[in-house]
Amino acid sequence: MTNTLQQEAVLAHEEQKSLEAREFGFWVYLMTDAIIFALLFATYVVLSNNSAAGPTAKELFDLRHTASETALLLLSSLTFGFATIAMHEDRAGQVVKWLVISVGLGLGFLAMELVEFYGMIQKGAGPEVSGFLSAFFTLVGTHGLHVAFGSIGIFVMIGQVLSKGLTLPVRSRLIRLGLFWHFLDIVWIGIFSVVYLPGVM
Amino acid sequence: MLGRLTIDALPFYSWVAMGGAAVTVGGGIAAFLLVTYLKAWKALWFDWLTSVDHKKIGIMYIVLALVMLVRGFVDAIMMRAQQAIALNNEGYLPPEHFEQIFSSHGTIMIFFVAMPFLTGLINIVVPQQIGARDVAFPFLNSFSFFMTAAGAALVLVSLVVGKFSQAGWTGYPPYSGIEYSPGVGVDYWIWALLVSGVGSTLTGINFIVTIIKNRCPGMTYMRMPLFTWTALCISILMAFAFPALTVVALQLALDRTLGFHFFTNGDGGNMMMFANLLWIWGHPEVYILILPAFGIFSEVVATFSRKRLFGYASLVYATACIAILSFTVWLHHFFTMGSSANVNAVFGIATMIIAVPTGVKIFDWLFTMYRGRIEFHPAMVFTIGFMVTFVIGGVTGVLLALPPADYLMHNSTFLVAHFHNMLIPGALFGYFAGMNYWFPKAFGFKLNEKWGIRSFWCWIIGFYLAFMPLYVLGFMGMTRRMEHYQDPNWQPYLIVAALGAVFVLFGIICIGIQLYVSAKEWGSSKDVTGDPWNGRTLEWATSSPPAPYNFAVIPEVRDLDAFHDMKLRGQAYQAPSGYEDIVMPKNTWLGPVMGVLGFLLGFAMVWYIWWLAALCFVASLVCVGIRACDDDTEFVLPAAEVARIEGARLAAIAPGDLHDMREFAPRGAATGAILPGSA
Repeated sequence: MTNTLQQEAVLAHEEQKSLEAREFGFWVYLMTDAIIFALLFATYVVLSNNSAAGPTAKELFDLRHTASETALLLLSSLTFGFATIAMHEDRAGQVVKWLVISVGLGLGFLAMELVEFYGMIQKGAGPEVSGFLSAFFTLVGTHGLHVAFGSIGIFVMIGQVLSKGLTLPVRSRLIRLGLFWHFLDIVWIGIFSVVYLPGVM
Repeated sequence: MLGRLTIDALPFYSWVAMGGAAVTVGGGIAAFLLVTYLKAWKALWFDWLTSVDHKKIGIMYIVLALVMLVRGFVDAIMMRAQQAIALNNEGYLPPEHFEQIFSSHGTIMIFFVAMPFLTGLINIVVPQQIGARDVAFPFLNSFSFFMTAAGAALVLVSLVVGKFSQAGWTGYPPYSGIEYSPGVGVDYWIWALLVSGVGSTLTGINFIVTIIKNRCPGMTYMRMPLFTWTALCISILMAFAFPALTVVALQLALDRTLGFHFFTNGDGGNMMMFANLLWIWGHPEVYILILPAFGIFSEVVATFSRKRLFGYASLVYATACIAILSFTVWLHHFFTMGSSANVNAVFGIATMIIAVPTGVKIFDWLFTMYRGRIEFHPAMVFTIGFMVTFVIGGVTGVLLALPPADYLMHNSTFLVAHFHNMLIPGALFGYFAGMNYWFPKAFGFKLNEKWGIRSFWCWIIGFYLAFMPLYVLGFMGMTRRMEHYQDPNWQPYLIVAALGAVFVLFGIICIGIQLYVSAKEWGSSKDVTGDPWNGRTLEWATSSPPAPYNFAVIPEVRDLDAFHDMKLRGQAYQAPSGYEDIVMPKNTWLGPVMGVLGFLLGFAMVWYIWWLAALCFVASLVCVGIRACDDDTEFVLPAAEVARIEGARLAAIAPGDLHDMREFAPRGAATGAILPGSA
């Protein structure tokens, strides 16, 4: 069944409305996600001194490593911002380029995090050692999982921009993915200041 | 290959357990045969399971709730029977079985009866009350339903394969930890909560956006019907409280499965954190269950008193107040855990403050009834029964809010009586009132009133018989969850309580008969106009059952009682000058498929079948990906088709079907004559 011109117009109007609702809904979703992180932070703060004769934060954290991770993640947020600007200027090629850079930086962050986790587990500081380490791995790992899902999302969106171009739904999804990606930055800043900084002080 | 799932998981170890498994499997087979006999598989799949229509999803929620109500009630009556006979003997249930039963009773009643029941009612009613054609995210709605159903299925399966948790519905560690509960029971509990919790969070998001974005022109916040207001408040609570449940359940799962130390006895765990995290979700949850019922009572009391709701604004503010305060009282669930006196005092006072907005509501409903022309429809009778009974529960709640008193009554049957006194009249009676009230809207014919009244009397007599003795027993020192006891003074009360459970059983049977009788004589109780009760709010403006798009033309609202106002102005049932094309969401198989995946994922995690869990997880991600790439999720219903449906509807309404609105028309103060321009 092919739609008439008039029906196409109705559909387009409805699509616009639905996309607006999705963006608002996505903000609400981010708030629910923020609550998950808030509670994981609270758990971490409660358990952060319960190292149970295991290694403590001071022995484990390496601020230089964390600083590099932070740089990668913040830069990827910046480059995602460039992708958004390019989207507003209708330059699909630029969008793809900046998205590739963003996901590259994100994967770099993930690799560094995995190296850190692996090193800690090798040192006998896995999550099953103490309440402190359980809370640490859960909080930082949940953030890492989010970055991983965000990266999958970026790959999907690169595919969509390449195959569909910058259509209205694609733009809306890019904006929402961007919100998600920047949100993870904010959470990371929280992790840096609540987990790593006090840990080495 | 199958993790720790072996043939020993089947319940051949006890006759009672085998009976439960047989009933569950038998019920499944009976449902399968029934659908096959009716040749309804195709209709079931295409018209219902894959549907994203909010009204059909709502009906499926309520069917789920009623099925689980029966299951949860069987648990209840088994417990009452056990305690009635278990004086100085073992009764008929061994302790580990009794523990499973009280754990599953609580879990089922909260998560798989109350939650789907209220979500179903909200689904059916709220979009129509705000003059919308659907919820904001129809697919998400379907997905949420199937997550809830998957959680319920996990609880049901635990009856057949393995055992359920013995750690109570709150699952406090360290008892629920792997050390003391090594079996699969607690894992079933965790994964049922996790899977269904995702659905509840997303339902919350969905209805926040729906109510904020999809209201029709003229429907300002202070013109929203009260049920919609309560739906908005609890959607916010759902979205912000359920993540806490997700977090705490996941942490317990990590403790149990991967040896983490969040809540363990040693190695730096802290089990008090569990109580805090659980009740940060759990207390708002209480209001998630009760507020929609308050909304229903508000609608019912106005309609069947034939008056405008008294103190609408105060009801709105009281609802919002309760919603906010609900996040500030969680510690009253564990006063005895040893926080300082000042902390306990703060939470005790906050708890007592909640009684104030609740009291405001009771008075508003009473004043709505005052000098009204009350009609004793089952919905109204449930409402009156609620008001009388709920006040008792409220008073015992304020008593429990005093920390020193709580130290005496904590964990006693007094507490059990208190919260059943809140939730049975406060939530369940509300849902039953809503079912009696909105049934014709969903199905196009009325429920039999005689059997509705009978079910009410059975329920309320059963309630008083079952729970008033528990208050007394609490004072006599009986703790909750006792499998057997030595004090002969308790037994008479427990026998009365068991008798109460039998009355409740009659109440449930009456509801079954009510549904059967109503369906059988549906032709004589057909609702032609879509407005069987002379309703006041916008959902009565649609046909019964509503067309897929609800409103052919989006209405414009001028008053709080929008439809009442339209009828007074003579604008109801008018054919518009023309119809337009309507965009509708397409059905999708992704909802049921993701529900199955969610169920399998939970099942695999319970039994440590890692490959299946990974497979389901990846498959779920693929489903999300498919949906995220789909730009073709809507279709256009042509104006001609809309005109045909609406024309048929209006033609079927005879002038005699309409309600006489003259008595409602505003009159001049001096003459008492009907003012011009109305009616």
